[in-house]
Formats: sequence, structure tokens, C-alpha cells
Amino acid sequence: MKENKKTYWKGLEQLSNDPEFVKHADKEFAELPSSLSEDGSASRRDFLKLMGFSLAAASLAACEAPVRKAIPYVNKPVDVNPSIPNYYASTFSSGGDYASIVVKTREGRPIKIDGNELSPINKGKVNAIVEGSVLSLYDKQRLTGPYIAGEKSDWATIDSQVKSKLASAGSVKIVSNTILSPSTLKAIQQLSDAVGGVEVIQYDPISNYGISKAAETYYGTAGIPSYSFDKAKTIVSFGADFLGTWISPIEFAGAYAKTRKISKEKPEMSRHYQFESNLSLTGANADYRTPIKASQSGLAVLALYNALAKKAGATTVSAPAVEIAHLEKAANDLWAAKSAGLVVSGSNDPNVQVVINAINELLGANGTTVDFTNPVHFRKGDDTRMNQFVNELKGGQVGAVIFYNCNPVYDFARGAEVAEGIAKAKVSIATNGTMDETASLVQMVAPDHHFLESWNDFEPKKGHFSLAQPTISPLFDTRQAQDSFLTWAGSTTNYYDFLQLNWESEIFTQVETGSAFQEFWDRSLFNGVVAIASEASAPAAPVGDVSAAAANVAKAYKADNAGAELVLYTKVGIGSGAFANVPWLQEMSDPITKATWDNYLTVSQKWASENGVTMNEGQTSKASISVNGKSLVVPILIQPGQAEGTFGLALGYGRTKAGRVANGVGVNAYELLDASQGFVNFDITSGVEVSATGESYNIARTQTHQTFMGRENVIQEATLAEYKNDAGAGRYHPEIYKDGEFVKPSKISLWSGHQYSQHHWGLAIDMNSCIGCSACSVACQVENNVAVVGKQEVLNRREMAWIRIDRYYSSDAPADDLRGMEVASENPEVTFQPMMCQQCNNAPCETVCPVAATTHSSEGLNQMTYNRCIGTRYCANNCPYKVRRFNWFKYHDNKDFPANVAQNDDLGKMVLNPDVTVRARGVMEKCSMCVQRIQAGKLAAKREKRKIQDGEINVACAVACPTDALVFGDMNDANSKVSQLLKIKENTTSALKEVNEERAYHVLEEINVSPNVWYFTKIRNKDKNEA
Amino acid sequence: MQVTSSVREPLVTGGKTYHDVTHDVSRQVEGKPTLLWFLAFLTAAGTLAIGLIAVTATVWEGIGMWGLNKTVGWAWDITNFVWWVGIGHAGTLISAVLLLFRQKWRTSINRAAEAMTIFAVICAAMFPVLHMGRPWLGAYWALPLPNTFGSLWVNFNSPLLWDVFAISTYFSVSLVFWYIGLIPDFATIRDRATGLRKVIYGALSFGWDGAAKTWMRYESVSLILAGLATPLVLSVHTIVSFDFATSVIPGWHTTIFPPYFVAGAIFSGFAMVLTLMIITRKVFKLEDYITMTHIELMNIVIIITGSIVGIAYITEFFIAWYSGVEAEQYAFINRATGPYWWAYWSMMTCNVISPQLFWVKKIRTSIIATFALSIVVNIGMWFERFVIIVTSLHRDYLPSSWAMFYPSITDVGVYLFTFGLFFTLFFLFAKFFPVINMAEVKSVLKSTSAKVRK
Repeated sequence: MKENKKTYWKGLEQLSNDPEFVKHADKEFAELPSSLSEDGSASRRDFLKLMGFSLAAASLAACEAPVRKAIPYVNKPVDVNPSIPNYYASTFSSGGDYASIVVKTREGRPIKIDGNELSPINKGKVNAIVEGSVLSLYDKQRLTGPYIAGEKSDWATIDSQVKSKLASAGSVKIVSNTILSPSTLKAIQQLSDAVGGVEVIQYDPISNYGISKAAETYYGTAGIPSYSFDKAKTIVSFGADFLGTWISPIEFAGAYAKTRKISKEKPEMSRHYQFESNLSLTGANADYRTPIKASQSGLAVLALYNALAKKAGATTVSAPAVEIAHLEKAANDLWAAKSAGLVVSGSNDPNVQVVINAINELLGANGTTVDFTNPVHFRKGDDTRMNQFVNELKGGQVGAVIFYNCNPVYDFARGAEVAEGIAKAKVSIATNGTMDETASLVQMVAPDHHFLESWNDFEPKKGHFSLAQPTISPLFDTRQAQDSFLTWAGSTTNYYDFLQLNWESEIFTQVETGSAFQEFWDRSLFNGVVAIASEASAPAAPVGDVSAAAANVAKAYKADNAGAELVLYTKVGIGSGAFANVPWLQEMSDPITKATWDNYLTVSQKWASENGVTMNEGQTSKASISVNGKSLVVPILIQPGQAEGTFGLALGYGRTKAGRVANGVGVNAYELLDASQGFVNFDITSGVEVSATGESYNIARTQTHQTFMGRENVIQEATLAEYKNDAGAGRYHPEIYKDGEFVKPSKISLWSGHQYSQHHWGLAIDMNSCIGCSACSVACQVENNVAVVGKQEVLNRREMAWIRIDRYYSSDAPADDLRGMEVASENPEVTFQPMMCQQCNNAPCETVCPVAATTHSSEGLNQMTYNRCIGTRYCANNCPYKVRRFNWFKYHDNKDFPANVAQNDDLGKMVLNPDVTVRARGVMEKCSMCVQRIQAGKLAAKREKRKIQDGEINVACAVACPTDALVFGDMNDANSKVSQLLKIKENTTSALKEVNEERAYHVLEEINVSPNVWYFTKIRNKDKNEA
Repeated sequence: MQVTSSVREPLVTGGKTYHDVTHDVSRQVEGKPTLLWFLAFLTAAGTLAIGLIAVTATVWEGIGMWGLNKTVGWAWDITNFVWWVGIGHAGTLISAVLLLFRQKWRTSINRAAEAMTIFAVICAAMFPVLHMGRPWLGAYWALPLPNTFGSLWVNFNSPLLWDVFAISTYFSVSLVFWYIGLIPDFATIRDRATGLRKVIYGALSFGWDGAAKTWMRYESVSLILAGLATPLVLSVHTIVSFDFATSVIPGWHTTIFPPYFVAGAIFSGFAMVLTLMIITRKVFKLEDYITMTHIELMNIVIIITGSIVGIAYITEFFIAWYSGVEAEQYAFINRATGPYWWAYWSMMTCNVISPQLFWVKKIRTSIIATFALSIVVNIGMWFERFVIIVTSLHRDYLPSSWAMFYPSITDVGVYLFTFGLFFTLFFLFAKFFPVINMAEVKSVLKSTSAKVRK
């Protein structure tokens, strides 16, 4: 190439080397034509120009949204990638409730808890409390460091004081809820060795001591058996709410649902009898439910025993006669099912539980549905020992007491006495994470880490182990309680090493792997669970006798108690009240009453009408209830299905030192529990007086209309016999007259119909499996940053739930009596119907939005563009399912909504899912079918250049569902589970899929909005239709 | 022109001359405001100020200040909107349709009726904006404006968008029609005025010169606008009714709505005109211009439209029964016997039963009875919209979502705000604008072959 010798001049000035040019040659911008006056000051024109520019610039800048700075990592942690979640297997355990979990973290923050699929206990499922517990990590109420005598202190001071005081304290007691952790017990043992004897006293707020005690009496070993509801053909429950709150509800719900799923290939399901006083979640799912008085429950158990003993040819026991509907039928069914029968009781009375054991023994169920050789450890609480302890504490015989993450002042029947006794102990310490009712009374608080910050291990069931690992470094200056124990024992090992060493010596040796311990440890930590294979052992053999227990039962229970009875229960959402400060759980609508933010006295319809109590929407009145001298004033809730003469009241409310969310919500019913008989009795059958005070009150309920008004287009149901005859039994087929014939509504449309060339997302909901537990609802709230609006706004009917569970009662009124149909039966049949955006193909909301803020996606989703929404609410009005939710106020960053912790305080905000927008005020929102998960799944598949596999993408509600009632998937994929369930033969790209499953139906089919959500008819295992 | 029978009753009584007409109407504009006017105006402005607190609260805090909920997404807001739009029907109907039908009696009342129309439409237009969750965006996003959001356009399928067009068209045409009619009268006032007033009314009269050519153009424009406005009278409420008729909600999804809404609108519009005219004629002593004949004729229109509305109510029930649709049947039974039965029966009493009293000539020609019934009719028409909107929404398809609507104090405040606005504007109009169309009244002074004295 020829050398280029051309020179380009900037201008003539450069060519001529003008001195004026040379002077400014290094400046990038030429000087503006100078109009400076001689003295260098700006002219009026320049001044105006500059002023004008600055003004314009300032006003333009003001238009911009404020810039919020995101600080990037200087040294990025290896395994933290912005926007990529990490998952850690861990364990949830509180008050004897247990779940093996997988914690989703984003940028180092735990934001969601799912079940661990490898766990043989909860099998990848969770319940509402486990879902909600993640927010307790970010609770402002948590202690930020150790306290001595109510003053903030430091760990060195605490340690030196504790060490010196423990050494001279005398008897040292550790009070705790069930400790599932073998390593923790070992750490406590070290402390015990160091200070010369420490006694661990375990109690549970929701005690199942009766079962354990009965096992000791009847089989010789204390313990709670494993129950296999999945193997049961006939289930009889006396007040045990095993689907909602009893022992291990997640596990039981999953197993139970297996027996409730039916198809043409397997048209069989279990039959479930429930005899109870309050209408529980379990009772609501029963095929035959009989309301009985708590005072009769023992006699009912005896009557069942006698009926079965007669059939078995065994000796009967003497028992007062009692008339209980369906009991005879239950006995017949149980006898037919024999070892596939299962009888359980929620009673905490050991005598009743002995009879229950005897019944299962008669059936031969011991070894099949009940297994005493593989006991579970969820409830190790010993009520007798705890009672003694309270006496000792009161008597000043306790030298030192350490409350290890438990709150007996609040949640033990004799809490007031505990509170009084604490001062008499020489040393009192609590490891509680918050300054709760108990911690606020002790001398020293050495706060434990939150469970999401801790190392730990668990043995929920014999031979089953699981691990907990920190998912975030400790937020505050807290210390793991086990570390405290070790430190006080004088050990220098930290608990992590201690745990590993314990596993190496205890568990690793039992698992034949042949590999190195480190490998085993890493794998266990990754999986979260380890099982030690054990040989099948012969069923436990009874050593005790039923007659003594039966005689006690016959004495203690009455067939005709005229007095009022109080049955204390726990709610699915609040449980024992340990997580009451989680607003998601407070606002979760109770599956049965649909009430939020309160506990209340459930009364029968008869009592209400006799006492002139009425409910109109949430408006009700109060009652005063006194139990053996203690009295409370509580709001009344009229509860269909409540046994006459009985009243129900939930525990877990009335916290005084839980934090700003839970304090003052409801009343504390723990003090009404009766511990006088050596066990904590939840059924108070004497000394109860209830009277209506007439004082008015409002209970915030999300659903105030109780019946489905006989609308077949909403609820379609049949009995099992009908279903066996005709798989389409109970289906309602609306037809519309057109051109001389009746056709299906889907055949008539103004629209040409969408085509989905890639995916067509759909949801199949089995109303037979849905037990109404509402885990989905809380899971959705966590996943989608759904706002908590507080009691007043729920009263205003403005709760934000994207997925709700409609609970309908049956009515006795004839179909033409519209007024009558509004009233539920005395003992109604209950149907649960999860309801969320139906993602209609002919969506009525889409056509009416003036600004096209809600539109249809190419994958069948009805999508909502918050940015575009102007908030006319026309879409919500035109939604036949009423699933759209409007942001009436600014719920985030607004001190008027303090209950909305996840969006209103700096700590709480850490739980927000960064993939989902927090909605502004004035916009509409609704279920998006977790579109963020769909997009993430599609991206992952695209990056790996492969098709999406079925099950890879799943919506939060379906993931949480303990009964797999919700199945999500691609209806264009012939092999997807949802396609198989719906029996879609031709998976064309058309929006209208030919669904061949007889049970599948669209809610409101006749208006042909063509939803992508299908419901399966509810089938009840009843002989005939009867409410 | 048609032949006028000499036995025809004169439209203006009291033997008024052209000068009398000018003087009677202009003196209101020219004179000092009376104490009564001041009191009335202050009351209206005070109501407006109080209402403004509610409006501010709504815009500042959010729609949550109202009593709405997840089930009932519209209540007082859209009830008030439809009610005001309905009221805003009479003016144009009187001026345009009656002009086309050569009903000369309209001349004395059309000015005030049109003014009322315009103010009512302004009040109505408040609600579509105020009821939005984000009015600061919605106010212009609802218009098909070119934008930088990509190819983002409004949704032409949405009846709400049709409303935007319908209301804005109706408002513009009515405003122009009204103003054109005012020009000759402004010129009259200008010609009588001095000083600043002359300048102002001079500007308002657009240089009207009273030439024959100008009058000819005036007549042509009036006719053209009347022709344009007539279909609008029918279309506006038809389109408003589409908000409900095109939806899927039982009780809304009804093909009868367009004619039913139009009849209802005329019904309520005439009632509101009567309410205002009866006060105006009394206060401004215009009994000779707004005569008993006017009142009687308008009452007859009220009987007719009231009966149409009544038949529509009954037809809805019949169709609900005849359709065999469960939800539809329930919606109507619920209207009459459900928790909002009182609203339904208020509507039936006020709209269907009470106007039938006008069959009796004594009642029809009684000022007090007419005044009372005109208010009753508007109460009834407000309840009609409330019944349609709230009782249909509060119990639709899924019983789980059934809920009650209770208005909040802010709901009441926002409604008061529009009342304040309406009457403030109306009193300003009554004081500063000629309330009777002098030019047109002069043309009907001579309804017989007798000479009109100068």
C-alpha cells in the first residue's frame, strides 16, 4: 500500500498556525462565540441562557425517577450469582412440628421455603406455617444480642456469669419443647457433665402425651407410633385433626390424599368417619361426620370397641350406652377393612388412647396402618413431668432453669404459675430469639440463632435423620443455643464441629457406605436427609390390658352432659402461636371459618338462635366464657357442624410479647387448658359457662356467604357408588340452543380462538384431593409478594390473596327456597374449591380494559401489565370468578399498613421475591400462574438447547400442596401429567382442548370464557346423597 | 313555515313586548346580585369546598377511601357518573330534537336546559377520571394519543373507551351548540352595557352584528348542530349502557339496556330541568316565559319516559325468567328481595309509580307537586343505577365472593363535590348569562296573527 502522506487540517487556522488557534488547540470544544463584556462578567443574554438551561435541566432531572444505587460485589462470592437462586436443604422444627425443607436464597437471602422431596416424611410438601416461617427470620422483634436483667449485654459477660452461677445453683433444669436433635441432646449432656446434672424437661404446647403414655401402658414402651393413612381403607377419627394440626399433618395429608384419588382405572377410595365436637379441617373432609360432645367421646370410643369386640369374639367392656350416629356403620366398615382399618383419637387422655390401641389391635391394624415399632419423635413432651416441674419451680426447689427456645409462660396450661415461679429460681436463662412472654421474665437471655441461621440435626422418626444448615450468616449478634451449652460446659468445640463429630461417630457408622466421612457428610448436607435402613420387626405386642382403661373411661365420660363444654383446638394457620408474629399466617383465612386476625368462640347454630346471636357478614357479638373460675370475653362465630352444647376456641392467640403483628390479636386460651389430671386436657367438659354479652364485634372473614346455593355450575359432586356406575356422575352439562339443536357452550363463540404454537399452560385441580389446608395460599403470598392488608382491610373485603380456597357448606333447603339455601345445614357437607385466575381463553377481563393492560399471552396465560394499568377495575367487575385484586391503597412503604411487614420495614423487605414486582397503588393484580417461574424454566431449557421437561416448571401453589390436588403443566405436551390427567387426546395448538376425563369440568362452563383451569368433581364415599 | 292557528295558546303570557323580553332577561345579568343569589351561591361553593376534601383524600390516599371492595368494584362512582350523564340528556334533547320537530315551546327553556346539560356532563366526567386507581396516568392513557411506549394503543374493544369518545363528543357538540345560541343574546347585553362589561360581553359575542346574513348563518349552524346532536342524544346513553350490556355479569348482560338507558336519561334529564326551571322562574320572575304549559308538556314527557322505564324493568324480569339462566334469575330475585331490596323498591316507587300521578291534570299543573315529583324522579333514577351496578355485582356467579357494599364518608363527599360543582356553575350561569334565549323567545312572541307591540 502506498504510504499516505496526506495531511488533514482542522481549518485554515491550523494551516496558518494562527497563535489564537494554537493557544486553544488542546481544548476539545471550541469556545462559544464570546460575548463576554470587557470585565469578564456575563452579559444579560448569557445569564438568561444559562438560567434557562439550568431551569430546564433541573426540571427535566426532576421528572426522572430517583436513582436507587445497587452496589455490585467487589469480590463476588463463588456461589452467589445475582438473579440466580441457590437452594439449601435444611430442616424446620418448632414445638414438635417438623418438616424437611429446601430453602431458596437469592443474593444470600432466604426468601422461600419448599418441602424437601427426598424426605420420606413430608415428601416435598409443606404447610402454611412452614411456608410462613421464613418471614420470622426477618422479624424486627428478634433480639440483636444477649441481655442481662433486661439490659443489653455481651457474650463474654453472659458466659462468665452463667458459668459461675450454674456451678453453684444446685439443680439445673432445661425446659424445652420436643428436642428432635440427637446432637443437641449430646451437647446438653456435656453441660450436664460439667455442672453436675442437668435435667431436660420437654413439653409441647400442643401435647400428644396421652398417646405416648397409652403406648407405655399398653405396649410397654412410651412413644407415638407411625401412622400409615395411605394403607387405610376405613379411617375413623375421634376428634383427631390429622389433616390440619395433629402430630404430623403434612405427612398424613399426603398419605390420606393417596387414598382419596380416584380414576376410572382405580375407582376406589378410603372411607373416612369423623366424630368430633368442633368442625375441624379433617372433619370437613370426612365422608361421614358426626358431631358429638367432648364428654361423649370416650364413650363413643368404648362403643366402637365393644361393637368390634363382638365381631371379633373378644370380651367386651362395660360401658354406659350412648347413641352416636354412624358409629355402627363405622364398626361394620372397619371390620370389613380389618387390618386396613385405622382408628385414631385426638384425645390427650391416656385411657382413651389405650382403648384406641386395643381397637387397632382388634382390627389387626397394628403393624399395617399403625406401627409402634417405628415410633415418631415429634411429640416427646411429658405433661406429668412438666406439671411436677411447675410445682418445683413454684416451690423454689429449682436452682437454675434454662428455657431452651420455649415459651411456657404463654403456651403451657399453667403459664401463670410458671411466670410466678421463675423469680424463685436462683438462675433463670432463656435462649429464645425474641423477648417473648417467658424470655422477658428471666435474668439472662442468650438468644439462639434463627433456624435458618443454624446448624443442627434431627431424628424425627426412628432411623430417619435430617440436617439443618445456615442459609444466611447471622443477622444479629446471636449465638446458637448449642454453642452456648457447650461454652457453658467449658468446651471449646463449636457446635458445627461437634455436630460433625457426632455424625461421624453415631450415624456414619450405621450407614454402610464404604466412603469417606466427608463425602457422606457433604451428600447428607446436600440431600438434607439420611435414612438408616432397619429390618422390619414384628409388631409390638400388647402387654397391658384394656379393661382398666375402659373402666376409667366409662367413669370419666358421660352420655348426657347437660353443661356447656369447651373444646380447645389449634388453627391450621396459627398452630401453637409460636409463629403468630408472621402476618401472612394471621391473614391466612382459616380453612373452615374463613376468618382472619382473630380467635373466637365457635358456637352451634342452635345455640346462636336460642341466644339471639346473629352474624351479618363479619358483624357479630361477644360472649363471656368462664372455665372453672377463669373467664374471657371472646367474639362469637356461628359454626355449622359444631356439636350442640359444645364450644370451640383456638389456641395460639392473645400473645402479649410476640411483636407488633401478633400482640393483642385474639385472646389467650392456653390458660383455660386443664392440667389437673396429669395430662394437658384440651376438652373441658365441666365448669364451663358461656353467656352472650351482646357487645358487638367484627370478625374479618374473607368469605361471608357459606353455601353454594345449589349452583351446579360451581360445585359438581357425586357419591362413589354413582361414580362407579358412571364416571361422569354429578357432572352438569349446560347446553345452549342454536340453529335447531342444543350444543355445548364452547361451540358458540364470537372469537376465532387463540392458537398456542409453543406451550399451553393449564392447571388441573382435584376437588377430591384438596383438603382446604391453605398451604397454597401462603406459598403464593410468599412467592408473589402479595401484600398483607390487615384486619380492617379484610373487614372491608379487600384481602389480596391470589389463590383462595372457597369453602362451601351444604344446605337442607329445597332448590327453590333461595333464602333457605343461604343457611347451612346443622351438620353440613363441606366442599373446598381452590380459586385463582382461571386464565380464560375468552377472557372477559381482557376485552374491557380500556388501555389493554391485561392481555393474552401466546401460551394461554392471561397476563397483567401493572405498568400500564390505570385502575378502572372494570376487569375485576367483569371477572365471573372474582379473582382480581385491586391495590386500594399503597400497601408498601406506608406506615398505615404496619402489618405488611414484608413490604414496610427494611428488615422484612429482605424476604421479597426479586423476580416479582411489588405492586403500586391503584393497579390491579391477580394470579399470573407464576409467570416468573415459567420464564425462568424456559430460559434454563433454552440455554441448554433442549425442550422443557414436564415438572421442571411448577407453580408455587402446586409445589406446596401436600395432597397434589393441583397439577400444573403444558397441555400442548401429550406426555405431561396435566395432559394425562385431563386425557387430552390430541394436543393441537388450539386453545380449545378436547378433554376426555369425565370428572373434569370448567366452573361456569355455560358462559364459555374457556378457562385453562379444570376442576375434578368431588366424590364422597357415601352410600347415598345426604347432607 | 307552518301555519299557526289563531286559537293556539300563546307561548309567552303577560302580553310581553320585544322590549320586555330583552329587559326581563337582561336585568338579571345587569343588576346587582341579590342576597338570595349570594346565599345560594355560597351554599353551592361551600358544598364544592367540602366535597373537594373528599376528592383530595381520594386522589391522595387511593380509591380505598371509598367503600368499594374485591367484589363490588364500582358503586357510587359509576352510579353518579351514569346519573349525571343521564341528567345531561335533557338539554340537548330539548334544543336539538325539539328544534328539529319545530316544538316552539322549547325556546323559553332550552338555554337553561343546555347549560344544565353541560354542567351535568362536566360533573359526570369527573367520575371516570376520579374512579381510576391512577388518574394521573389514566387521564391521558385512555386517549388514543401517539406515544413513545412502542406501538402501545388503547383497546378499541373496551366499552370504557367508547365512553371516552361518546362523552367527549357529546360534550363538545353540546358546548358549541349552547355557545352559538348564546352569541346573539351576548350581543344584546353588550349593546345595553357600558364599560368593562361591554368589553367582556363584546368579546363573548364574537362580534355579532345582527345582520341578516349573520342571522342566516346562525340559523344554519343551529340546524346543522341540531342534526349532529340528535343522534348523540341517543348514542351517549346507549354507549354508556354498553359498559354493562357487553359484560358477562348477570343483571348487566342485557340487550334491553340501550333503549332503557336512553329513556331513563330523558326521564331524569327532564326532571332535573323541571327542578331547576321552577326555581329559576320563581327567583327571576320569569313566570310569563316559563309557563304552566311548559311545565305540563314536560310532565307529559316524564309520564311517557317513566312508563317506558317501568316497562323495561318488568321486561328484564320476564326475560330473566324466560332465559332459564340460573344466575340471571337469581340476580333479579335478589334485586327485589335480597339485602338491597330497599334500593330496588325505592327505584320502583320513585320511577314507576310516582310519575303516574301526572295522569291527573291537577297534579300535572301544580307547581309544588311537579317540583316535588321532579326531585323524587331523580332520586329514583339514582337508585336505578345503584341497583343495576351494586346489586348485580354484589352477588354474581360464585357465592364465595358475595359481599355487601357500604358507602364511606368519602363516597358521600365526592358526590357532594359534584353537586357543589354543578350548582356553583349553574348559579354563575344564572347570574352572568342570559337564562332565557331572548332571540328565540322573541320569535315566538307572535304565536297568533295578532301584532306584537314594540
